[in-house]
Amino acid sequence: MRKRLIRIVAGGVVLAVAMILRLENPLLDLAIYLVSYIIVGWDVVFKAVKNIFRGRVFDENFLMSIATIGAFFVGEYPEGVAVMLFYLVGETFQSYAVDRSRKSIAELMDIRPDYANVKHGEELVKTDPDDVKIGDIIVIKAGERIPLDGRVIEGSSMVDTSALTGESVPREITVGSELLSGCINISGVITAEVQKEFSESTVSKILDLVENASSKKSKSEQFITRFARYYTPVVVGLAVLLAVIPPLVIQGAAFSDWIYRALAFLVVSCPCALVVSIPLSFFGGIGGASRNGILIKGSNYLEALAQTEIVVFDKTGTLTKGVFNVQEIHAEQMPEQDLLELTAYAESYSNHPISLSLKRAYSKDIDNSRISDVEELSGFGVKATVDGKRVSAGNKKLMERLGIPCAADDLGGTVVHVAVDNSYAGYIVIADELKEDAIKAIRELKAANIRQTVMLTGDNESAAQKAAKALGLDKYYANLLPADKVARLEELYNEKTAKGKLAFIGDGINDAPVLARADIGIAMGGLGSDAAIEAADVVIMTDEPSKIASAIRVAKKTLGIARQNTIFSLGVKIAVLILSAMGLASLWWAVFADVGVTVIAVLNSFRALAIKKI
Amino acid sequence: MKKTFKLNGLECANCAAKMEQAIGKLEGVQNATVNFMTTKLVIEAEEDKLPAIVEAAEKIVKKIEPDVVLIKA
Repeated sequence: MRKRLIRIVAGGVVLAVAMILRLENPLLDLAIYLVSYIIVGWDVVFKAVKNIFRGRVFDENFLMSIATIGAFFVGEYPEGVAVMLFYLVGETFQSYAVDRSRKSIAELMDIRPDYANVKHGEELVKTDPDDVKIGDIIVIKAGERIPLDGRVIEGSSMVDTSALTGESVPREITVGSELLSGCINISGVITAEVQKEFSESTVSKILDLVENASSKKSKSEQFITRFARYYTPVVVGLAVLLAVIPPLVIQGAAFSDWIYRALAFLVVSCPCALVVSIPLSFFGGIGGASRNGILIKGSNYLEALAQTEIVVFDKTGTLTKGVFNVQEIHAEQMPEQDLLELTAYAESYSNHPISLSLKRAYSKDIDNSRISDVEELSGFGVKATVDGKRVSAGNKKLMERLGIPCAADDLGGTVVHVAVDNSYAGYIVIADELKEDAIKAIRELKAANIRQTVMLTGDNESAAQKAAKALGLDKYYANLLPADKVARLEELYNEKTAKGKLAFIGDGINDAPVLARADIGIAMGGLGSDAAIEAADVVIMTDEPSKIASAIRVAKKTLGIARQNTIFSLGVKIAVLILSAMGLASLWWAVFADVGVTVIAVLNSFRALAIKKI
Repeated sequence: MKKTFKLNGLECANCAAKMEQAIGKLEGVQNATVNFMTTKLVIEAEEDKLPAIVEAAEKIVKKIEPDVVLIKA
């Protein structure tokens, strides 16, 4: 790098001297230009010759050598040197830019732990994480990165999961907690038993995924690769034709003039700007998203995300917390708290999620001596004697069976009707709560021009309707069995345009077929869930549905940058080609169209890398 | 069988694409990717043919960009 700089400066000075002196003696004049050319360009020419012997014609060095030597032959000494000089400046700048972007990518992925403190007896040995085995005991001190997945056996602390989730709120861990590699231990010292080898640990899996994401190429990358394969030979061929044919055909045309124009073609013939900047943008987008806890498994999925028209959600666990809670108590003869108490007691022997949520809402300890004669009626509910009163709690069918009239059941959620001593006492509504950011998620998707938001659920109609209304969803389908979900998805495919894509978001555990069928399968809550990471195309590490809108925004931004680069580089190149064929653009323009455009395109793709907070 | 290599000194993105294409065409290679940004080469191939493939890949890399050194990662 430094050597290159010295050569650029020295060559530039000699060139300037030559241009100022304008020596009368043509031989001396040529000599000075040659000196500066040799200072600047000797290794380019040398490499070109070497590569020809290796059977590699048409590389950049060769093209530049021909173009500059050609300039000398047609008598344009200053341009011959200057083109080489600017080529070198551009190359230097380009490798600096590539270097920098590689560094920022390395920073993005700087979550790889360097060592593990393995406990041997009383001694701690710093070990390469690769050499740690399952069952080994490791110690993680405050400020250290957790090297492998494991379970805490001693100590408690807070861990920073932001490297994996993009979430800045630290998590609390104590004895028995799962530890995920890649997180940072903030406060106390923790001792843990290793449960997975390094290559199977969370941090390795995530890094692997991000690094290999670019092997699944997007359509725009495929286009560029294919384009680059033909572009250089075609432009070089055109250059040859341009140098030979017009002077033969057109009366009075000078060879030197047309050769000069052809040289410009050679300079523009490298497709580097495109070949560097497009994958760089995609890589940047994927890297930036992973920083925010969104893993995108391939450039193709990033591209698809940008074209999403329909977003389909699973309900439980995705839009809702998946935890049932008492939402409403409607008591007819007694205070609400008493109704809850009686019902919680009656249901206290059951481990059904509904019973658990009742007990949670009641929140006091259950005194078993107050209950007797518990009778479970499967599919209906439960009967029990509590404090001498006969309590029946269950669904509407139970009330019908007992011949007790009760309220209608379109209350949204699961309703537990309660009768005390054979007279109706009221009902309790238990429902899954919406996630805090669920409404925001839908709103942001609409703002990102998503045409339809749809919810699929196995829940009953009233619960689904209530959630859909609260969220502002366009459509919902209730009472679905897992197999029905795929069928509904197929129907929805008819409602999008040919180019549009459909994304499905689920928890990745019991909706694998739907995830697989969707254009883009997105799994939520991927942190620590291998199944979700395996099954989906995009993994959201946290439980926040609003990250989907973030992912779509990143995708759109990245695609936008890639498109700008394609249009800009191709546009400038084609314009310069046309202008030089007409004799309107000099070699200087051609150099700009080559290295200048590359540098600008690379700088532009830096913007994709800069996606830190979205 | 998947094997990863580091391509030290990889500077030209077009060359990276050419390497990927040429190595992918080698006999016994199921898939080859060159990641310009992480300068990594991943070869997926039949295990018994791998030593020969790696040797051939090394030659391809040298031919396309002579300054690049292939290192086992």
